[in-house]
Amino acid sequence: MEQLVNIVFVGLATGTTYALVGLGIALVFQVTGVINFAQGDFVMLGGILFALLAGKFADPAGSQLGLFPAALLALAITTLIGILVYLLVIAPARKAGHDRLIILTIGASITIQGLATLAFGTDPYVAPRFSGQSLEERSVDILGVPVDTQYLWCAAITGVAVVAMWQFLTRTTLGTGMRATAMDPETSRLMGISPQRMALLAFGLAAGLGALGGTVLAPLNQPDTTVGIALGLKGFAAAVLGGLDSPAGAIAGGLAFGLVETFVIGYAGTEYKDTIGFGLLLAVLLFRPTGLLRRASVVKV
Amino acid sequence: MTVLEVEGLVAGYDRIEALHGVSLTVGEGEAVTLIGSNGAGKTTLLKSIAGLITPWSGSVRWHGKDVTRRAAEKRSRDGLVLVPEGRKVFAGLTVEENLTLGGYHRKPADRNKTRSEVYDLFPRLRERRTQAAGTMSGGEQQMLAIGRALMAQPSVVLLDEPSLGLAPKAVTEVTTVLCELVRRGSTLVLVEQNAHAAFKVAHRGYLLDRGTVAVSGPVDELRADPRVRTAYLGETV
Repeated sequence: MEQLVNIVFVGLATGTTYALVGLGIALVFQVTGVINFAQGDFVMLGGILFALLAGKFADPAGSQLGLFPAALLALAITTLIGILVYLLVIAPARKAGHDRLIILTIGASITIQGLATLAFGTDPYVAPRFSGQSLEERSVDILGVPVDTQYLWCAAITGVAVVAMWQFLTRTTLGTGMRATAMDPETSRLMGISPQRMALLAFGLAAGLGALGGTVLAPLNQPDTTVGIALGLKGFAAAVLGGLDSPAGAIAGGLAFGLVETFVIGYAGTEYKDTIGFGLLLAVLLFRPTGLLRRASVVKV
Repeated sequence: MTVLEVEGLVAGYDRIEALHGVSLTVGEGEAVTLIGSNGAGKTTLLKSIAGLITPWSGSVRWHGKDVTRRAAEKRSRDGLVLVPEGRKVFAGLTVEENLTLGGYHRKPADRNKTRSEVYDLFPRLRERRTQAAGTMSGGEQQMLAIGRALMAQPSVVLLDEPSLGLAPKAVTEVTTVLCELVRRGSTLVLVEQNAHAAFKVAHRGYLLDRGTVAVSGPVDELRADPRVRTAYLGETV
């Protein structure tokens, strides 16, 4: 029982990171029609930059105050890199088909990874926890089970980010314009909305969301420059589980993927987690390509 | 004063030429209709004027400035606004959100002011402002599409077959609204297959036939023209 509760908590908490990555992938896909396989590298960059900057901003007195500017700066830099990926890789080729643009994002991913390895080396980075540096402060009891506080940070920060994103998309004119572009790019242009500007914004937001995921995850899984591939694929799995066209679906997909992965680790062993996780992705792509939550759409002619 | 001037426009899709050198002018405060059968090139012409299609040759001039290669979203901000064929309201968004998008680039205060004017013109839209646009009837959606275009405070509104697929009562409603807009001094370019409806609204018209202008002139002249009468008013001469 104790193990089950722990697995559910840890699964949901790791799932929140996948949810953030998936949300970014779904957002970019809806606005531009492109699956961005560099999304995982934004997570990697966010995590490493956070770990690096947290060291620079560290308070000698030992307080956690330096983490906030470190996280903020990591987020800002990664967002900027996301915008650069759009401007340098996607925008010049936007007249090419979506399939070619997807290949380009894979190229961008490899390039980011290579440049990051040049800049940051191959060693994993250790990021400070958001709270509770001493061992006995590291967990709190929930339902009689000790749960690592960093997981709670993951869940809380993701929750805030998702709500903020939702507010942006539904309450602001800019966000409404973004949804309109996702629904009908041509008609949106007739409203004076530039699809290029919306794509740029989507890439920036997606990179920011990815960096946020990387930041909250860094204290739990020490990031090195290669973690982006696996995280990107897991985020893709999350988005696909949710049907790719719904932000809420991507979040649910991320949580589901985190749960499945943690259950496999808990009951079958770590070595099976990717087999079963990506096996699930494969099964969904084969049997429910529109996502687990959605019925196959009926095409009207 | 001429606000819109199209000269020798050649355009098409892929390798199929749909317009073979069309010229037309629209003056300020004027309502001009383009009539013609399916495939005459009416939509291609309107899309070229709005910037959704880049013409192969020829030019579009807007207030004397060449805008032939200007992006559609910029032309919309300039005040050259298209109400597309099939209405194309954002079905999943509310009526109010659709209107907001029509005035996307304007200041919130200006937008709110124009929105209440649009609601005064279309009281039905005010009643339904929180409703998803896709759940409304075709006529209501057409009103929304026109209201959305007005949100930009356009100097010219291009309308692509606003009566298409509407019930006869809704066609009358749309026609009444367009006449009201003309009375208020709006400049309209109205593409129609329904020549009866178009002639009620417009001052002047062009008959397009297989990508060229076959006849043009004041509406009264067009009404009397045998080519128009046989083909579009369902009369035998």
